[in-house]
Amino acid sequence: MKAIYKRELQSYFNSMTGWIFIAVLMAFIGIYFMAYNLMNGSAYFSYALSAVLFLFMVLVPLLTMRSMAEERHSRTDQLLLTSPASITTVVMGKYLAMMTVLLIPVLVSCLCPLIIKLNGSAFLLADYGTLLAFFLLGGVQIALGLLISALTESQLIAAVGTFSILLVLYLWDGLVSFLPTSASGSLAGLLVLLVVVCFLLDALSSNWKITAGVGGVGVIALLGTYFYDSSKFDSLMPDLLGSFSLTDAFTAFAMDHVFDLRGLLLYLSLIALLLFLTCQVLQKRRWN
Amino acid sequence: MIEVKDLVKRYGDHYAVDHLSFTVADGQIFGFLGPNGAGKSTTMNIITGYLAATEGEVIIEGHNILDEPEAAKRCIGYLPELPPLYPDMTVLEYLRFCAELKQIPKDQREDQVSQAVSLTHLEDMGGRLIRNLSKGYRQRVGLAQAILGFPKIIILDEPTVGLDPKQVVEIRELIRHLAKDHTVLISSHILSEIRAVCDHVLIIRKGRFVACDTPENLEEQLSACDRLELLVRGGESDADAVLDRVEGIRSRTVTERTGDTVRLRLSTAGDRREALFFAFAKAGLPLLELKPQLASLEDVFLDLTDDDDTVAARAASLLKQERSAGPAAAEGKEGTGHESDL
Repeated sequence: MKAIYKRELQSYFNSMTGWIFIAVLMAFIGIYFMAYNLMNGSAYFSYALSAVLFLFMVLVPLLTMRSMAEERHSRTDQLLLTSPASITTVVMGKYLAMMTVLLIPVLVSCLCPLIIKLNGSAFLLADYGTLLAFFLLGGVQIALGLLISALTESQLIAAVGTFSILLVLYLWDGLVSFLPTSASGSLAGLLVLLVVVCFLLDALSSNWKITAGVGGVGVIALLGTYFYDSSKFDSLMPDLLGSFSLTDAFTAFAMDHVFDLRGLLLYLSLIALLLFLTCQVLQKRRWN
Repeated sequence: MIEVKDLVKRYGDHYAVDHLSFTVADGQIFGFLGPNGAGKSTTMNIITGYLAATEGEVIIEGHNILDEPEAAKRCIGYLPELPPLYPDMTVLEYLRFCAELKQIPKDQREDQVSQAVSLTHLEDMGGRLIRNLSKGYRQRVGLAQAILGFPKIIILDEPTVGLDPKQVVEIRELIRHLAKDHTVLISSHILSEIRAVCDHVLIIRKGRFVACDTPENLEEQLSACDRLELLVRGGESDADAVLDRVEGIRSRTVTERTGDTVRLRLSTAGDRREALFFAFAKAGLPLLELKPQLASLEDVFLDLTDDDDTVAARAASLLKQERSAGPAAAEGKEGTGHESDL
């Protein structure tokens, strides 16, 4: 893992990618820090961070698009996958290298609450908590970009795909509020969700029996519950999807100054899930 | 030692590798020969663990590539068709990275890298970016990567493609040098290349086993039985009459008539030399010469891998008749019934 980690990190800083990522992120953090905290005198650095969050949409694809797609395109994945290193090692090495690039601006930003402290009262715990959430949220998005990059051979498709999904996630709460709250609406939504899950399952397992089994059981369970007690379905779909909102946990840190342990666990488990899926995608490619 | 048992790789309905079995013994230079698209690279990718087989298994030095991938991969150095290079690294950086990736102990890394560099004559290129290297040098960097750490098995997929003749000779020298204490598996679609270095040849066609033997045996087997040249003292019509009585003569052409002798070329099914000898003796026509027309390995290869299925099947069946005890893998190749798919 160390070899891959070192190579990746070196390549980020040999090319412009790493430098651009760090420079743009720090410049914008600086601008908002100056505007919110220094000019307007807000004591919370977390407000500046939450304003910068949208930048991830552009910067994360920049960082992740290369990671797997490029290896596959130039056939260097043959070197990695025929070496004694396991697939998990390869994925972890790459992921940790990208997290290190993200860590640099985050560490530099750790100075900002101290600067506020020099000039008056500061809320250090709230601000550092927010920085932690900021780092982990970035981590989730990077893991997502890594997965998308593993799915394709083209860097461009990886970048556009990651950007689109991040955009949807960014607008998630607004989109969820458009969903119908009626029981029948939720049922329809859940059935659509089931179809999507079945498609994914079929693509990943290539075993129609499993897919048909899951689909059949799902449809029966949903319809059965619905006809038994349809009130259970009232606004179920919006609630369900709403709980996957990525920015919720960050907002709890940044705006409400709450240490949202559940949110952090959501981030960590999403990272683990996405990395696992990346390994599975790579593993599965060997069988086709 | 590499053992490949009943390997199948299927893409949809297409069989890229079709029930292929062979064994590479320690210390052999094993040539893997087939026309383009015969499944050479796919087989190599499966042996090295890059692809997984649909069926069958690969055992490297006693380790199954699927069950113990790390132990198996540690025994292999692999140069794929396209050398897997990172253009943004220098040659030395790249080789050091590979050394670490191959888990060579830290105190031996520098030493191993410099050995690989000197064997592939890359001394002057150490500080150059791979991006700026020519095709030949890139191939050498790939080769250096494959032999790094001197694994027991070295697998090279078309190692001399794109090299100039001098470099080809150098690489052959290197392969012979490596074979002293390594097992080397080379693929190529160029015969002269395999013939120049290999002491064992496996010919495959459309993913299937065709023949596996030493280059000399392959030549001998196919030529001994296939085509004969006769010099008979007697008239052309007399000779024809005798030949009509011998079974298994496929075709005959008269190539030369001088005074009282006639020179003929025969194509026979199987070895008909004894039958011919007795037939001519009985007819009282002296056979002045009876010799097999030596087919070159090139002819063997062309016949065996002919795109026309009947030509290839005939060549393969001739080979099988001659073989006193062929490997089990040669049997049962017919009747698997995917011919129509291909």
